[in-house]
Amino acid sequence: MMNLPEPAIAVRDLRVSRGGVEVLHGLTFEMPRGQVTGLLGPSGCGKTTLMRAIVGVQIVTGGEVTVLGRPAGDPSLRRSVGYSTQSPAVYRDLSVVENLRYFAAVLKAPRSDVDRVIEEVGLSSVAGQLGGTLSGGQLNRASLAVALLGSPELVVLDEPTVGLDPVLRQELWLLFQSLADRGVTLIVSSHVMDEAARCQRLIVMREGEILADDTPHDLREHTRTTDLEEAFLRLIEERTAA
Amino acid sequence: MNPAITLATARRILTQLRHDHRTVALMALVPTLVIILLYYVIDDQRSFDAWAPILLCVFPFLVMFLVTSIATLRERTSGTLERLMATPLGKLDLLLGYGIAFGLMACVQVAIALAVSLTWLGFDLAGPLWSLVVIALLNALLGTALGLLCSAFARSEFQAVQFMPVVMIPQLLLGGILVPRDQMATVLEWISNVLPMSYAIEGMKVVVMNGELGGEFWRDVAVVAGSALLALVLGAATLRRRTP
Repeated sequence: MMNLPEPAIAVRDLRVSRGGVEVLHGLTFEMPRGQVTGLLGPSGCGKTTLMRAIVGVQIVTGGEVTVLGRPAGDPSLRRSVGYSTQSPAVYRDLSVVENLRYFAAVLKAPRSDVDRVIEEVGLSSVAGQLGGTLSGGQLNRASLAVALLGSPELVVLDEPTVGLDPVLRQELWLLFQSLADRGVTLIVSSHVMDEAARCQRLIVMREGEILADDTPHDLREHTRTTDLEEAFLRLIEERTAA
Repeated sequence: MNPAITLATARRILTQLRHDHRTVALMALVPTLVIILLYYVIDDQRSFDAWAPILLCVFPFLVMFLVTSIATLRERTSGTLERLMATPLGKLDLLLGYGIAFGLMACVQVAIALAVSLTWLGFDLAGPLWSLVVIALLNALLGTALGLLCSAFARSEFQAVQFMPVVMIPQLLLGGILVPRDQMATVLEWISNVLPMSYAIEGMKVVVMNGELGGEFWRDVAVVAGSALLALVLGAATLRRRTP
C-alpha cells in the first residue's frame, strides 16, 4: 500500500479532562493511512477517551485532532468514520438484521451491505435473533458489524475482540488486515498484549501518556525483548528512570 | 434533517414496538379500559360525557410521555445515541422519528377509545369527530416532545418515571378540570395560562360541549401545537454530538 502524503490522523498536543481531572496529557502523534494501528495499555490509561476524541464525540480541553484532513467530528466525516464502542451499542430489542438495516439507512449504505457485514463478522446463523438473546461476544460482533457498514475510510474499534474464542479472534484480525490492504485505516484498542503482534504499528499508552509509538518489530528491538508484555514493563522502567 | 433518515428512524422504533407485544397491548387498550371503568363508576350519561373527553385528552399525553422518556433514556444509556450522533443522522431526524412512531401509536389508542365511547358507551359529541382526533393527536405529540425533553434531565429510569407526576399533576390540577380556571387565585390562573394542557382541555371542551369551531378552538390548537414544537426544539438542544 502506497503511503499517501497526508496522514489519516494527526493529533497535536491533545488534552482531555473528565470530571475535572486531566486524563490525556498533551498527546502528539500521526497515523498513516491503510494500516492497522494497535492502541495498547492497561484499563484506565485513556485509550477509549483518545478514540472518542478521534471520532469527534469527546469534548476536548486543548489541542488539535485532524482526521482524513479535517477536524475530528466534522459533519463531512460522519459517513467515512466507523466507530464501535467497548460496550455494544446496538438495540437489544431488534434482531441483528433489523439493527444493521436501520444503521445502513442512517449511513446511506447500500442494502446489500447488511448481508456482507453479517458474513464478515460471522453472525449469519443468528442474524434473525434479537440482540437481547445473543451472547456477549455475538452482541459485540453485531456492534462491530455496524462500524463496517458503508465504505468507511477510518474504522475505530474499542476492544473488539474481548471475550471471543481464539478462532473467531483470528478471523477478525484477518478481516482487519484485509480492510487495511484495501486502504482502510484501522485503530484497534486492546489490553491483551498478544494481539499487538498482529498490528503494523503500536501506540502504547499508560496514565494518559504515550509510552511508545513504533512498529512491533522496532519496539522489540528497542526494548531488547521478544515478549511485548516484557517490552511494556521495560518502557515503564525507562520512563521512571528518566 | 433528512426525510429518508427520519422515516427509517420511525420504522425502526415501530419495529422495536412490534417485538414487544405487551407494551403495544397496554398502549392500545388501557385508555379504553379506563374509560369503560369510568362509565360504570359515574353511572350517569351527562357526567360521563363531561369526563370522557378529559380522559381522551390526558391519556395520549400520559402514555406518550412515559414511553418516550424511557425509550430515549435507554437510547442515551445504551450507547446507541452516541453511535447515532457520530452518523449523518440529524437531531430532528431522531426526535421526529419518535414523534411519528408514537404519534401513530396514539392514533390507534385514540381510535379504539373513541370507537368504544361513541358506540357502546353512547358518548355524545357536539363537534365533528376529526376535531377531537386533532386535539388528542396534538396531545400525544406534546407528550412525546416533553418526554424527550425530560429524559435529558434523568440519569436513570427511576428518575424518568418520577418526572411524570411532576409534569402531569400540576397541569391537571390547574387545567380547569376540578375548578374552572377563572375561579382560581390570580397567581394560579397565570400559571394555568402558560401550561399547554389547559388549552388542550379547553379545546376538547369546545368540541364536546358546543361544537362550534371558532377562533377560540383554533387558538387552543395553535397553542398546543406550538408548545409541542417548542418542546421538540428544546429536546433537540439537549442532544449533544460531543459529550464530556
